[in-house]
Amino acid sequence: MGLEIDRERIPGFDVEGKDADGMDKGILTLSVGPQHPGSGHFRLIVKVDGDIIVEALPDPGYVHRGEEKMCEYRNYIQNIPHLERPMIADSCGILYPYVLAVEEICNIPVPERAKYIRVIMAELNRCIFELYWLGIYGIFLGHSTMFMWPMADRELLIDLAEMASGARVTHAYFVPGGVRNDVPDAFPEKAKRHLLYFRNRLKEYKDIFYDNPLFQARTVGVGILRREDAINLGATGPVLRASGVEHDIRKVEPYDVYDELDFKVITMNEGDSFARAYVPWLEMYESVEIALQALERMPSGPVRTKLGPNPKGAVGEVFKRVEAARGELAYYLVSDGNPKPYRVKLSVPSFREIPVMAHLLKGAKLADMPSIYWSMNYWPVEADR
Amino acid sequence: MLRELLSPKRESSRGALDGERPANFNILVGKLSEVLVKAIDKPLGYAINWGRLWSLWPVHLETACCSLEFGAASGPRYDVERFGIIEAFGSLRQCDLMVIQGTVTRKMAPRVRMIYDQMPEPKYVIAMGACAITGGLYFDSYNVLPGIDGVIPVDVYVPGCPPRPETLIQGCILLQEKIKRTRFR
Amino acid sequence: MSQQGQGQASTDQLTVEKEIVDRVIARFGDKVKLAYVKPRRIRFNVSKDIILEFARYARDELGFDHPISVAGVDYPKNKLIDVVYHIGSCTNDKFRSSVLVFAVQLDRDDPVMPTLIPIYRGVEYHERETFEMLGVIFDGHPRLERLLLPEDWADIPPLRKDFHTKGREE
Repeated sequence: MGLEIDRERIPGFDVEGKDADGMDKGILTLSVGPQHPGSGHFRLIVKVDGDIIVEALPDPGYVHRGEEKMCEYRNYIQNIPHLERPMIADSCGILYPYVLAVEEICNIPVPERAKYIRVIMAELNRCIFELYWLGIYGIFLGHSTMFMWPMADRELLIDLAEMASGARVTHAYFVPGGVRNDVPDAFPEKAKRHLLYFRNRLKEYKDIFYDNPLFQARTVGVGILRREDAINLGATGPVLRASGVEHDIRKVEPYDVYDELDFKVITMNEGDSFARAYVPWLEMYESVEIALQALERMPSGPVRTKLGPNPKGAVGEVFKRVEAARGELAYYLVSDGNPKPYRVKLSVPSFREIPVMAHLLKGAKLADMPSIYWSMNYWPVEADR
Repeated sequence: MLRELLSPKRESSRGALDGERPANFNILVGKLSEVLVKAIDKPLGYAINWGRLWSLWPVHLETACCSLEFGAASGPRYDVERFGIIEAFGSLRQCDLMVIQGTVTRKMAPRVRMIYDQMPEPKYVIAMGACAITGGLYFDSYNVLPGIDGVIPVDVYVPGCPPRPETLIQGCILLQEKIKRTRFR
Repeated sequence: MSQQGQGQASTDQLTVEKEIVDRVIARFGDKVKLAYVKPRRIRFNVSKDIILEFARYARDELGFDHPISVAGVDYPKNKLIDVVYHIGSCTNDKFRSSVLVFAVQLDRDDPVMPTLIPIYRGVEYHERETFEMLGVIFDGHPRLERLLLPEDWADIPPLRKDFHTKGREE
C-alpha cells in the first residue's frame, strides 16, 4: 500500500558497482559470533551473495590466554594444570604429549601399569569428548534428544574418570613418570560394567540420530572435503579419516602400549558432514574395545616413578604427538637445561581445522554453516590456547 | 494530568502514523505504567519477583572452558531447568541472565560489555569459575582480565576451576534468593 | 619414556631416517645442514634462499604432504629467530611415521622469509600466528594481520624473550 523503499539508502540493495574492498555491492558481510548460538566463542566473517557464502574469514582469538608464554615461567610439573585447560573435555588427550615429551627430555622411565592406566584414561576421555561433541552437534542441528542422550551417557564415563582421578573433567592425572595415583581396587570391574553398557547404548544412537532423515538431509553431501584437499590443508583426526585417509597416530607412531592392543582405524570415503559425524561414532566402539583390552591386560605394580623436586631437562628439543579425540595433538618442547622449558609450542588439531573450515564454507549455503562448522570438531578454546 | 493526556492537541505534532491515535499515546502508556507500578508495588512486587526468578533465561555466551560444565548442568543428570534456569538461549534481547563461563580475555571483554548493554533490564550476572572471578590460573597471562567485575557488575560468584554443575546450581539458587529479596523495580 | 619399545622401534626405524637424510643430502649437498637424526625425527637447518625449493622437494619427492606445526623460537643470545616447520606424511607409507623438521634461522632484527603457502596451503594460519607472536614477516603471505591477540595490541610480540608479563620481570 504505497510502500516506498528508498533504494539508494539500503546497503547491499544496489547490485551494481563495487565497494571500497572491490567486492560486489550485492554481497553482504555478516559477522557470525562471538555471541551466536552456532559458533561459540569464535567469530566468522562471512560474505554472502544471496544465501551462498562467497568468502569466510575465521577470526579466532577470543580465548587466547597465552599458554605458551606462561609455560616459560613455570617448571615442568607446574605446567600440568594450566596446559589441560585448553580442552577440558578431553583433558587427558591434551596432556598426553606434554607428559611424553617431558619424559623424553628429562629421561624419566614409566612403569608398565601406568602405561595401561594412561591408555584407559585416554580412551575414556576420547569417548567423553566425543559424546559432548555429539550432543552439541545434535542441538545445533535442532535435535534436542541428541543433546540429552549423550549428556546422560557421558556422566557414566565421567563417573569412571572421577573414580580414578578425583575430578570430573580437569583430571591433571597424567604426570611425568606415570599417573598421579593408582586406580581404586573396584575400578576395573566398574569400568567393564559401564563400558559394556555404553557399547550397547551406542547402537541406539544410530537409530535415533544417524538414521534420522532430518539429520541426513542436513548433512549428507554437505561440505564435501576431497582427499587431496584434506591432506594439503593439514586436516587431522576424524576430518581426515572421513575423507578416506587412513592416518592415525596410534597406529603410525604407537606410544605407550598402543602397539600391543588390537584395534581398527576407521575411515570413510564420502568426506561430507555426515561422514565426519559418523567416524567418531564408529571410533567410540574402538575406544571401548581398546579400554576393555587394556583393563584385561593391566599388570600390577607401581604406577609412578619418584621424581626429584625440580626435574631438569637435557639441552635439546623434542616433538611428541598423540592421537587425541580431535586428531593429531603435538607438543614441540625446547629445553636449555633449566627446570623451566625454554619454549613450548602446542600444535592443536582445532587450529589446524581453521583453513579447512574456511575452504569448506566457501561456496556452501549459509544455512549449512552450523552443519559444516560443528562437523569440523573445532573447539575455539583449544585453537586459541 | 490524565485528562490532559487523553485529550491531546492534535495540531501539535504531525507524523505519518499518528493520524488516528493520540499524538503522545506512547507517553500516556509510559505514564500509565508508572502509575501502575506504584499501585501494584506493595501487593504485587512479590508476585512479579516470583515470576522473574523462576524463569531466568541465560544468554548463550561462552567465554572459555567452563561452558563445558554449563552444558553438563543443562544435561539430564543435573537438569538445571527444574530450578527455573532455562537452557542457554540465542537471542539476547529476550534474556535476563548472563553466565560468564570462564576466562575473559582482552579481546572478549568489549564484546561482553556490548552484549550486556544490549540486554533489557532487569539483568543479572553470574561469574562462573575462578578465571571470571580473579583470573584464576591465568593470573599472570598477558591477555586475561583479572576478573570480570571491572567490566560488568556481578551478582553471584561461583568458584571452582571449573565449578561442578552442583556448584553452578547452588549459585543459581543464591541468585534466585537475591531476586526474591530485592525490591522490585 | 618407554625405553624398550622406543629401542626396538629405533632399530627398525633408523634405516628409514637414514634414507631420508641420504636423499636430501644427495639433492641439496651442503646447502642444508643436518641438525639431528632421532627415531622418527629428522631436522635440517635450511637457509631462507632455498626454503621453497626444499619444501617443494620434500612434498613432491619425499611425500611429506601436510604441515603439523609451525613454531618460532627466539634466541636473543645468538640474535636469531628459528622458524621450525614440522611436516608429516599421510601418503608415503614408508615415511608416514616420521616427522620431517626443517628450520629457517633468521636475523632477529630483520626476520623476513618467504611464505610456504604455495606448497603447503595449511600453513596459512600457522604463519600468521608466528608473525603475530614473534614478529616474523612472511613475504607473499596474503593476510599477514592480527590473529589471536586483541586488535589494540601495542606491545612487542609476546613470545619474544624480552617480553615479560607484568610481575614476572627477571
